[in-house]
Amino acid sequence: MTVTEPAPSEAELERHFEHTIAKDQRIEPRDWVPEAYRKTMIRQIAQHAHSEIIGMQPEGNWITRAPSLRRKAILLAKVQDEAGHGLYLYSAAETLGGDRDDMTEKLISGRQKYSSIFNYPTLSFADVGVIGWLVDGAAICNQVPLCRSSYGPYARAMIRICKEESFHQRQGYELLMTMMSGTEQQREMVQDAVNRYWWPSLMMFGPPDDDSPNTAQSMAWKIKRHTNDELRQRFVDMTVPQAEALGVTLPDPDLAWNAERGHYDFGAIDWDELKQVISGGGPCNTERMERRRKAHEDGAWVREAAAAHARKQQQRKEVAA
Amino acid sequence: MAFDNAYEALADAHDDARWAFGTGFEDPLSGVDTTVPSGVDGDDLARYCLMLGDDALVLSHRLQEWCTRAPELEDEVAIANIGLDLLGQARLLLARAGKADGSGRGEDHYAYFRGEHEFRNVRLAEREHADFAQLVAVVLVLTTWRLAVFQRLRTSADPVLAAIAQKGVNELTYHRDYAAQWVVRLGDGTETSHATMVAAFDDVWPLVAELFETHDVERRLPGVAADPAEVRGEFDDVLAQVLSAATLETPQVRAKAGVAGGKGRDGRHTEAMGYLLAELQSVARAHPEATW
Amino acid sequence: MTGEWPLYEVFVRGKRGLNHVHVGSLRAADDDMALHNARDLYTRRNEGVSIWVVKAADIAASSPDEKDPFFAPSGDKVYRHPTFYDIPENVPHM
Repeated sequence: MTVTEPAPSEAELERHFEHTIAKDQRIEPRDWVPEAYRKTMIRQIAQHAHSEIIGMQPEGNWITRAPSLRRKAILLAKVQDEAGHGLYLYSAAETLGGDRDDMTEKLISGRQKYSSIFNYPTLSFADVGVIGWLVDGAAICNQVPLCRSSYGPYARAMIRICKEESFHQRQGYELLMTMMSGTEQQREMVQDAVNRYWWPSLMMFGPPDDDSPNTAQSMAWKIKRHTNDELRQRFVDMTVPQAEALGVTLPDPDLAWNAERGHYDFGAIDWDELKQVISGGGPCNTERMERRRKAHEDGAWVREAAAAHARKQQQRKEVAA
Repeated sequence: MAFDNAYEALADAHDDARWAFGTGFEDPLSGVDTTVPSGVDGDDLARYCLMLGDDALVLSHRLQEWCTRAPELEDEVAIANIGLDLLGQARLLLARAGKADGSGRGEDHYAYFRGEHEFRNVRLAEREHADFAQLVAVVLVLTTWRLAVFQRLRTSADPVLAAIAQKGVNELTYHRDYAAQWVVRLGDGTETSHATMVAAFDDVWPLVAELFETHDVERRLPGVAADPAEVRGEFDDVLAQVLSAATLETPQVRAKAGVAGGKGRDGRHTEAMGYLLAELQSVARAHPEATW
Repeated sequence: MTGEWPLYEVFVRGKRGLNHVHVGSLRAADDDMALHNARDLYTRRNEGVSIWVVKAADIAASSPDEKDPFFAPSGDKVYRHPTFYDIPENVPHM
């Protein structure tokens, strides 16, 4: 028989949790965690998963029109990867007690967000390349530190995701290089796409540090490892030389190397635009949500039928036995 | 992979090929003799490759349209997989056509710069899918048929066709299973799903007879092409099994006639085909001088 | 309602000579669907890979350390965490 130990007090549990974090060890699914940690983590992972799923739409928009069969295959595989990433993340959130149906419900009712970048339209095939280069590039900057997130299942999912994202970024850059060595019209398409996606990419890192209420707690819990502004600066520093190599101009007259800081200075970001897009006023918010809602609702009869068939099979098995 | 600098990871080029199924990794044609076998008419071989290639290209297009619309995320992944496999088959076959007819034209020429009447796919491949039941009905019918054809093509006198078929057989077996399992779930599931599945087969069936009509090109390529008339029995057996498990009957509906004696294989298509090609070809045709 | 599709855990043997390793989870209405989806999602349909799927609800699980009281007493969900098998060697603390 098992002798039951007296249950540890809340304070002891909390100390144990803080100790695990302090030792830089991972929190695993069955560990006791403060309710706020659980909630923050589920929300962060769910919103990340939503971003992968909604993020399929802007690029998916060009699959049927991709101008070569090779590009078509690459794009289809990429968008498929994003569905896979969404699935890895939803299952990581489920280890904390999140439920996929519930999370999907929160997405389509607007109670949980997804990355605001996907509320911008894709207007030419060059956007596919620019999304790979800038949007996936920014996502990698954001996500690479998450591979060391304190929550084990999330960190492990992120390792796999980051690896695939790096392919995504490379294909985007390669498409742009090919287009830049093509016709004049193609070069114009690329520059136009860069003009439209540069600032929204910088906004992907979130509000500036002095206006980011959750950052301190997330840093303390090692859910987040760097501040928004740190990551944004890192992205700018990495991207400027890539833009030069590509032969495109980043649409910011204030962009300049600052030898003293050892970083590039860049112009002011239009935070009002970010607020507007986040609160539902972006160019494509309605369309993105509507598509996701429709797919979910149109699929309901299919999911019900599969469940009904499984029940019938189970009954048949029992009758036979 | 380095984790402190995102961009170092990008220089980490190994296993690059894992991505983009059907884009050139594990080249199924490596080491295969690509010269047209003696005694085989290159133009006919090219026509035959276009028939099989267009079936795959056009069905893949219909599957691509499902992207972000699947009933569940797992199916999103599965449908994309099938679309990618078929696209891969199409690319190999269209490229083979350009070799066989001596023109040296690449896969993209055939996909993007032919007119509607030059496409040789069966009409069922271009059929739009109004719902998920139609998707699985079309995929079940076309992959069952194509699998039986490809099984024969593994011993084709054209070594390239044989190699393409060898690779395709594994893929098609997988596609057929996916579709068959869903037909059974929907047929057996709820009253609604049963009725929707019945309606889907009623919609698809009029275009089934066309699959088994031997074309002149196939007659002129004995030992190279497979005669589709020969696979009808196998097809009926598989469909009977799946339909019975799904509590469905074989539809009793009339076959759709051709137009002026021609059907898909003759370049006579349904009205949906023009829109499909308008979409597929729009960017490529707007920039004919471009490289992608 | 997906809620009716149970959660499955997926175990993969990457090649002969290795153990099956837990790689993640997914939802499916039945075993066949679970196997099919697992192959698509977690193995990229690599031939020659062996896959096990099992309903998460059917797994009996212990806490990481039986004597360790510091696991969630009520959040006693079954073993569900994705331990992807292709973790690069140079990743610290994995």
